Amino acid sequence: MPAPHGLPGDSVVPSSSFLSLLESHQMAPSWAAGTGRGPLDIPEATTVLAVRYSDGVIMAGDRRATAGNVIAHRRVKKVYPADEFSAVAISGTAGMAIELIKLFQTELEHYEKIEGTRLSLEGKANYLARMVRGNLALAFQGLIVVPLFCGYDEADDVGRLYTFDVVGGRYEEQDYAATGSGGSEAKAFLKGVYTEQMDEDGAMAIAVEALVAAAEEDAATGGPDLRRGIFPNVVVVDDEGITEVSDERVAEIAETVLGGRP
Amino acid sequence: MTMPFYVPPEQLTKDRAEFARKGIARGRPIIVIEYDDGVLLIGENPSGSLHKTSEIYDKVAFAGVGRFNEFEMLRVAGIRYADLKGYSYEREDVTAKGLANAYAQTLGQIFTHEMKPYEIEVMIAEVGNAPEDTKLYRIQFDGTLRDMKRFGAMGGMEEELTERLVEALADRPDLATAVRLATDTIEEVLETTVGDDDWEAAALDRNLGRRKFRRLTPSEIGAARA
Repeated sequence: MPAPHGLPGDSVVPSSSFLSLLESHQMAPSWAAGTGRGPLDIPEATTVLAVRYSDGVIMAGDRRATAGNVIAHRRVKKVYPADEFSAVAISGTAGMAIELIKLFQTELEHYEKIEGTRLSLEGKANYLARMVRGNLALAFQGLIVVPLFCGYDEADDVGRLYTFDVVGGRYEEQDYAATGSGGSEAKAFLKGVYTEQMDEDGAMAIAVEALVAAAEEDAATGGPDLRRGIFPNVVVVDDEGITEVSDERVAEIAETVLGGRP
Repeated sequence: MTMPFYVPPEQLTKDRAEFARKGIARGRPIIVIEYDDGVLLIGENPSGSLHKTSEIYDKVAFAGVGRFNEFEMLRVAGIRYADLKGYSYEREDVTAKGLANAYAQTLGQIFTHEMKPYEIEVMIAEVGNAPEDTKLYRIQFDGTLRDMKRFGAMGGMEEELTERLVEALADRPDLATAVRLATDTIEEVLETTVGDDDWEAAALDRNLGRRKFRRLTPSEIGAARA
């Protein structure tokens, strides 16, 4: 009998990987690398960062996507909940990165439902690294996707954050991390103001301020836009799980930060 | 050359159905009840890890009785079906009806084509935004698909359980009342007493966020029954 959506024959020995299920149906997302022609102007997303504080991790990202020297989108979301206890942010080719995140979210939930337990935080980071590695051939074509991952380690009761490189390298960072074209600017700012054991408000303030600093130096990063009401995406991950911070609260911080700047 | 004996299809179907029914009747029952904020799935299950109820997708849940390995296969296949559909289209496109149909097809095929039919029954619940949008489907070992109204019981002693529930259920109760009603009914009909730790209970709660499935803790069950 035909097996619509994996029912029933091929699931006699169930695999808990959603990606392998997609591959078995020839549905895994893939982009064939183009040949010839000049570089395409594809929207790219930039500057996302994560900061560790006393109870967990804060992750923030600007909202701008650029295609060449054009602002392609002003309200792109770059910071996403990965599951109840982790968040993922993207930099690089926006379209591919957003698909990667959707796949990653589905994969984590799929595993959780089938196995009845969540993957360990390390396990999630390793899986994300594998997904980035699968993209290596396209990275050589200039279609780069580099995520940033953070979460609350339920086993060790501590927040952790991870950075990646295009070959799928996965590195756990201690205090803070940033990636994207404004990433080095943001890191330079954080280096000056970061202290250990900051509280949630303090960490959130420096996270937003680091984005402002990055936006001042990097044309591809958008700062808080008070006129249009566009504010960075901020999430908090602690032992209670993940919370997306409301625009009102971010707006308040952004106004303080912008008002205090020379 | 050996000639196979002719078995009339009526006889064959009857034998298979009887076999499956016997297997299912041996198992402990599960009751699914709509309550004011969603759907409760509850049954006796001393194992804390081998679940009979499960999350399938945001607002869809599963309950199975009978042989564990057989309904576990359907549960996993259901999660794969739902995740694949939700990923390809949109999350709201995953419905209990589509899944119930796929299960009915699968069980129907197995009933007629396999060496032995599956000795299981499953129920699929979908919680709606409003109480009247909530759906319960029951799929039997031969692929019979039925639309249940407000509640359903399956597994051992299901007729007795259903009779009592029809009498006791007036309107959609609150969660604690639903837990009390279901557990009392099972204990009375099966003539046993079950500790708070030995119930397996889960709810689809429409007030939760995207994922509406949650498991009830033993202390919650104890508090509801007190």
